[in-house]
Amino acid sequence: MEHAILRVTTKIFFAPIILYALYVQFHGDYGPGGGFQAGIIFAVAFILHAFCFGLEETKKALPQRALIVAMVVGLLFYAGTGVATMLLGGNLLAYDVIVPGSAHNAGQHYGILLVEWGVGVTVASTMLTIFYHFTGREPDIDQEDW
Amino acid sequence: MNLAEQLPVLPVIIPLVAAPITLLLPQGRAPHLWATLISWLTFAVSIALVAMVSDAGVISYHLGDWAPPLGIEYRIDMANALVLALVSGIGAVVFAFAYRSVEREVDPRQSTFFYCAMLICLTGLMGVTITGDAFNIFVFLEISSLSTYALIAMGAKSDRRALTAAFNYLVMGTIGATFFVIGIGLLYQATGTLNLADLHDRLAGQSNRMVEAGFAFIVVGIGLKLAMFPLHLWLPNAYTYAPSAVSAFIAATATKVAVYVLIRFFYSVFGFDFAFVGHAFTYVLLPLGLAGMFIASLVALFQDDVKRMLAYSSVAQIGYMLLGLSFATVEGLTASLVHILNHALMKGALFMAVACVVFRTGSHSIQAFAGLAKRMPVTTWAFILSGLSLIGVPLTVGFISKWYLLTAAFAAGHGYAAFLIVASSLIAMVYIGRVAEMMLLREPPSEGPYAAAKEAPMSMLIPMWVLVAANIYFGVRTDLTGDLAVRAAEALMLVAGGAP
Repeated sequence: MEHAILRVTTKIFFAPIILYALYVQFHGDYGPGGGFQAGIIFAVAFILHAFCFGLEETKKALPQRALIVAMVVGLLFYAGTGVATMLLGGNLLAYDVIVPGSAHNAGQHYGILLVEWGVGVTVASTMLTIFYHFTGREPDIDQEDW
Repeated sequence: MNLAEQLPVLPVIIPLVAAPITLLLPQGRAPHLWATLISWLTFAVSIALVAMVSDAGVISYHLGDWAPPLGIEYRIDMANALVLALVSGIGAVVFAFAYRSVEREVDPRQSTFFYCAMLICLTGLMGVTITGDAFNIFVFLEISSLSTYALIAMGAKSDRRALTAAFNYLVMGTIGATFFVIGIGLLYQATGTLNLADLHDRLAGQSNRMVEAGFAFIVVGIGLKLAMFPLHLWLPNAYTYAPSAVSAFIAATATKVAVYVLIRFFYSVFGFDFAFVGHAFTYVLLPLGLAGMFIASLVALFQDDVKRMLAYSSVAQIGYMLLGLSFATVEGLTASLVHILNHALMKGALFMAVACVVFRTGSHSIQAFAGLAKRMPVTTWAFILSGLSLIGVPLTVGFISKWYLLTAAFAAGHGYAAFLIVASSLIAMVYIGRVAEMMLLREPPSEGPYAAAKEAPMSMLIPMWVLVAANIYFGVRTDLTGDLAVRAAEALMLVAGGAP
């Protein structure tokens, strides 16, 4: 088997990278980190996978269509949080209405958690889409594609 | 939810939420119907906002309940309420119009993405107009520009030059956006605020090198975005090779929104206390406006591609808007605002007429227009009527614009400018006349690629005629746009602090 060391290392690292992405994601509310960085790190796990196992294998694990849906869902998470606060009677993205009357502004915490989650999902799926398109580009573009 | 309270944010949030949902819809008719429905909803909300501003005065909406100047504020007065109604109104018409045209000119695999990008572009343009925060303007400007680059590139199915046109626009547009954000950065350094109203207060009396540099960066940056002559080089190719529906949409909205931003910065942020504003009016906008009016019109005369001709005509028309606002009077500003609205109506209708011709003949070369009065009479007359409006014939909106502009020129003591306005209108008559002569007097070709042309389908004709009818309606009912524009201009003038 070719590149056995690389492949085994990738398999070992794959889950910790995703775990680290989630750590950065949930650490983002009160400290450094957040959705954007977490999304990038999450995407890196799959990019590493594609490097060692080939793009086709990665696309089997995470197809392009799923990425488009993830992009949409992430953006809707963000915008939806804003719309939800409007439906609850506040202004757009006025998180305080999520938990009304909280002494330590719990609504702000939940609000930013939801929004950052949306950012993370969108960034990860967008990064992977860009990666898929660059690496998956055929060297000579078919005449039909123009 | 209290609808009236949340109304100011809806024109941005409706298309923003709707755009990603478009991607989940099945290919075919659904994305178009969805986008059209959303654009109509946005238009309805914008009209409600105009009514609200007209009754209650300036509306201020605080995002996330963070009070300005710290938080982002949406601030709607008469000037941007009008532009909001214009952008969403053009959107409502063009989205309805687009289906058949897009079917022919855009790769079917991309049509879902096309409507998604159109909605994002609408979001960006509405956002630029509605926000009262300088950095927010930059963000929304980039949202609309990035989606426009993608939309122009989708013209590659019919002409691969769309790709270089989009790339050129990307480079120029990014330079413009960078200059704009550098300018904002310098102002932020000088004042510590990004809120437009707060910037105005804090800039009062400040006139140091940093503010002056910031001012210059902003004017050049926005000048690139609005295709101020001689920064217009990206525009002709972008309008020519974009899918026809995109040309109609961006020609009628994108540059107008940029002109609005320029007005906002001149009048609401810097004001006449800041000496550079007066200098910019006298030494930059006035001469460049006049030069654009003539040079671009003359170039338009010699174009054999009708879309390119209309694109150059747009550069010339932007000259009128710059001329109006450079007079620094209520009349001049009114003329500029009225022309923003009116030019969108006429250029939208003209580009839609060309889109109908492209749909049937597959070409926007002037040769394709030969004898079309016999083959496509409804389209021909839409083109001629909106062309008359572009020239400024009485009973059309073009006449109203020119009238306001002439009055303003005389009142501001620029009698020679009035003469030049009339002269450049005559050039417009010649280049519209060339196409009209082609359509009315030539015999339709009996063979060749253009021989089989027949009238465009109803789904295209009806939206186009709605816009043509608007050209006539607002040309007769002058009180509607005129009065609102006068009120907007008076409010802007008051903040700016009278004549320089």
